[in-house]
Amino acid sequence: MSAIKPLVSVEHLSLAFTGNRKAQALTDVSFHLHAGEVLGLLGESGSGKSVTLRTLLRLHSERTTQISGLITVDGLDVLALNSRALQAYRGATTSMIFQEPGLAFDPVYTIGQQIVEVILAHEAVNHSVARHRALEMLDRVQIPQARRRFDAYPHELSGGMRQRAMIALALACKPKLLLADEPTTALDATVQIQILLLLRELQKETGMAVIFVTHDIGAAVEIADRIAVMYGGRIAEENAVAGIVQHPSHPYTAGLLGATVDSSHRGKPLISIPGSPPNLANLPPGCPFAPRCTSASDQCRTECPSVVESPAHADLASPPRLACWHPIR
Amino acid sequence: MTPIILQVRNLKKYFPVRANLFSREQKVVHAVDDISFNVTKGRTLGIVGESGCGKSTTARLIANLMPADSGAIIFNGEGVGEIGGLELKSFRKKLQMVFQDSFASLNPRLTISETISYGPMVHDTSKEDAHLQAHDLLAKVGLDPDLFASRYPHELSGGQRQRVNIARALAFNPEVVILDEAVAALDKSVQAQVLNLLQDLKAEFELTYLFISHDLHVVHYISDDVMVMYLGQIVEMGPVEQVYSEAAHPYTRALLSAVPSMDPAHRTQKSPITGDPPNPIHPPSGCRFHDRCEHARAICASLVPALMPVQSSHVVACHMNHPSSGYETSGSDVQYASAGATR
Repeated sequence: MSAIKPLVSVEHLSLAFTGNRKAQALTDVSFHLHAGEVLGLLGESGSGKSVTLRTLLRLHSERTTQISGLITVDGLDVLALNSRALQAYRGATTSMIFQEPGLAFDPVYTIGQQIVEVILAHEAVNHSVARHRALEMLDRVQIPQARRRFDAYPHELSGGMRQRAMIALALACKPKLLLADEPTTALDATVQIQILLLLRELQKETGMAVIFVTHDIGAAVEIADRIAVMYGGRIAEENAVAGIVQHPSHPYTAGLLGATVDSSHRGKPLISIPGSPPNLANLPPGCPFAPRCTSASDQCRTECPSVVESPAHADLASPPRLACWHPIR
Repeated sequence: MTPIILQVRNLKKYFPVRANLFSREQKVVHAVDDISFNVTKGRTLGIVGESGCGKSTTARLIANLMPADSGAIIFNGEGVGEIGGLELKSFRKKLQMVFQDSFASLNPRLTISETISYGPMVHDTSKEDAHLQAHDLLAKVGLDPDLFASRYPHELSGGQRQRVNIARALAFNPEVVILDEAVAALDKSVQAQVLNLLQDLKAEFELTYLFISHDLHVVHYISDDVMVMYLGQIVEMGPVEQVYSEAAHPYTRALLSAVPSMDPAHRTQKSPITGDPPNPIHPPSGCRFHDRCEHARAICASLVPALMPVQSSHVVACHMNHPSSGYETSGSDVQYASAGATR
């Protein structure tokens, strides 16, 4: 299995913001993603999940960030791309959908114009071909009356429609990797499930790889093959969805699942994780979760565990990985 | 029979929308459209619905943060703000509110203890007493008063700030607390802590909660009764277990099954509902849900369904549940009827 080169490989990625507010946003993050796979990045605010995604597209200001490590997407060394190569990479090889499609679209151009612009920028086609493709994309994302919506401005669409248009825009140039940054968080439950199902369908159809960032375990379970749980800028645990949900090994994953409210909790106090998420400007020396962990030992407080692959499943393409001194058995 | 602490009668609020420069037509958003319900003392009423369904407007109208167009709020049998009824100033002491944005709802220039004691001082409590009480309340919500009392809001995390908001709401010993998406902005691990705190405080202070949320799991967990709103109207209301297990309105059923499954082996295969909520400026005729409802028939587009009981305290506004409504005999030709009615 390991003979097949992964589409995305992130190795020892660390990122620090060095501007006015200093923070160690990512520490030694490594993961792989094969073509056609969906990876869910799960974590709370400040866990580094969105930063990871933005780094994959090099969206951070170079003046105020310090990045080390290696990111390879489809054979390209992303961190070494010059600005022209970066332009070609963004949108064509990798594209992104955001939490707030209302902010991601330019308000003074119609939806259609913006999709056409992307196609023209990346492919040597004329305007009418691009227009045709854009209309096709709007149809593909199940926007009713696509022809009419083509000439609509972003503010004229509802939240769900805008997110669909955003997906059409992102997929217009058939990217190999789609980065989804909490695309359903701002939507209502009934619309969220529609968008999740649409993304799943499009992913199967196009065979693209997806990295789906979310804080909602339910959304991750609906869409991902594997889930990587992040905490304090590190990967705490990574496993197939079923493994994460049914047999969490990291105390944080277990705590997160325990704190997720469902009907069986009625009338009982919830099991919560004490304390609050770590301050990234001042991380503890050991495991970032140690101050909130009930099974933390002195070793946890002084020495940070590295992410280790489970030896029992070494034959898998992506064996479960875990960073914990005292995993739950 | 437990006493009813709060009665809401025919509450209505329309927001005017600034009309187009060239059109004379005055448009209005039907934010809350003629809703009535009772809140029983000591129980938690959860209000759920999608964005724009009027749940937050309802909360603000009840708390008198904005005037209602029509309708009445009756608190403990006294009409709020009416002549001969309960004065607004004393009503505010009995009903307090906690908002979603914990940062925006605190004054950044006041310390935590000043924030909590501000209200009681307005209501003629001496400064010393108010500060002592603030310290007590901080301890009650799980914040060490010696550490937190002199801090400013920006020095606190989101969960801690929300605890301060809760402490401030409790400063008057209120009878009813409205929690408007109070845990929505918190991380999952912190959300569980705050939910536990709310449950403890409810028991200790004998509070009645109005819990507004879009998160159905959380509402199921914390509420005794639940009220489902759609486009400014109540579509279903009843004891939480009954509504969750035997939802009678197609919208409630869709809402409940739109929750992502937690089982990777049984993922959701089909969306229970299509489309986005319609525009509240031009709500659909008849039953407002009819254009997204798979059971809709002609009658649904022409006749507004009334809230009628299916079981003792479980009420629903849907023609399907009422044999006398004419749903059974109505044709399925909705398209024609709705097209005619919306002109």
